[in-house]
Amino acid sequence: MSTDTNIAVETKRESLFSKKNRKLLKDPLDDSNPITVQVLGICSALAITVQLQQAVIMSLSVLFVMIGGNVIISLLRNMVPDRIRIIVQLVVVASLVIIVDQVLKAFQPDISEKLSVFVGLIITNCIIMGRLEAFALGNKPGPSLLDAIGNAMGYAWILLVVSIVREIFGSGAISLPGMGQVKFLPSSWFISEGGFYENNNLMILPPMALITVGLIIWIQRSRNAALIEEN
Amino acid sequence: MAINKNGTGYTFGFAIVMVVVVGTALAATSISLKPLQQANAADKKMMDILGAIKVDSQRDNAKELFAEYVASRVAIDASGAQVSVKQGEVSTTDATDPFNIDIKKDYRSHKPAKGDLSWTNADDLTFPVFECQKEGQTYYVVPMVGSGLWGPIWGYVALEGDMQTIYGAKFDHKTETPGLGAEIKESFFTEKFEGKTLAEMGPTYFSVLKGGALTDLHSVDGITGGTITSKGVDEMLNRTMGIYLKYFNNATQRAQR
Repeated sequence: MSTDTNIAVETKRESLFSKKNRKLLKDPLDDSNPITVQVLGICSALAITVQLQQAVIMSLSVLFVMIGGNVIISLLRNMVPDRIRIIVQLVVVASLVIIVDQVLKAFQPDISEKLSVFVGLIITNCIIMGRLEAFALGNKPGPSLLDAIGNAMGYAWILLVVSIVREIFGSGAISLPGMGQVKFLPSSWFISEGGFYENNNLMILPPMALITVGLIIWIQRSRNAALIEEN
Repeated sequence: MAINKNGTGYTFGFAIVMVVVVGTALAATSISLKPLQQANAADKKMMDILGAIKVDSQRDNAKELFAEYVASRVAIDASGAQVSVKQGEVSTTDATDPFNIDIKKDYRSHKPAKGDLSWTNADDLTFPVFECQKEGQTYYVVPMVGSGLWGPIWGYVALEGDMQTIYGAKFDHKTETPGLGAEIKESFFTEKFEGKTLAEMGPTYFSVLKGGALTDLHSVDGITGGTITSKGVDEMLNRTMGIYLKYFNNATQRAQR
């Protein structure tokens, strides 16, 4: 396996970062992004991107479930009976999601309330089941871990960008976990205070999330020719 | 010896082992996180009760403010008689504390028949009421549970010292439709209740009317597009108030004597 030292990696795990493996990490960020290219997991991307804070927690939850699911399924790949493999995947994903839900309820009750059903819906997030079925079942835990991180990150960055755009234009603020919502526009700017500015309420509604995702797809395709289908 | 991975025996064995392992792991998680979750739920309940008497609170000061404003926690039975009273610090483990009466669970196990406004099968339940003191005034906070379109809805209604005028209300829901039924938790809806009064005679003490209707002292306008949720609020209010008003009437009579 070729070694590459330009990435910050511990030497003992270098082989994990061969060219092929780096592709596993990098591809889902752009060329095969789960949201903008495969158009999976759109539902949660539209629903919980009103605030950056929620998007961060959601991304972390998906990252956890994705890594856990991919690694566990990959470890079990030679033991899982073919006939019940989908059920096994579901059980693994569902238990991880329940753990995430319980932990959020215990440590981040307010955010857990805002995310409401969408944490539970991670179970049905096609990105996760798709990766388990398409990758983890046929690969070793190492590459599966990278694949999981890559895909979760591909999901996460879209969520973060969309939520930042929506929160800035929709609420004139930005929120990070633990910091609450920081309104950075002076309140005297707002029309209600005699100023000239008004938040765009449309940004808070789900359709604008779809449009924002659409804009990201547009930008992505205009600079990545590989994504454009022939004819 | 090679094992036939696709044999029925292996498949069953795998499934059984998997279920046991997963079940144990989830049970362990749930048990170990339960105390924290219960504390969070108790804080939330305190915040909701304080919200009904228009006291703003955060998770970190809910306990203090609750101790400051809520003078006593009373449990009553379905006939309106007082069962127990607690004052002082709330203990989330003390089953006799009216604060810990799980009205959601009680509602689930004693669901009233359709149209049964007097909740005739609630005889063996107890109901909590929170007597609050704010700026020299007494308020009674009544918690309630009902059904919306998709799942449970619940709320806290604060009555003024006359036990008839609504001082504040707070509603919440589990899974109502965002933008429609879910709007019951928004302030534009709950503010409509403020200053309205409960009718003296039942079974309809208060109405949540269908969109755009003229409202009087005993009714508010419901939510457009959230008719079933609005009806749920209406039903919840009338059914619950039917029981609490018995207690309040008893209390008024006691006071007059």
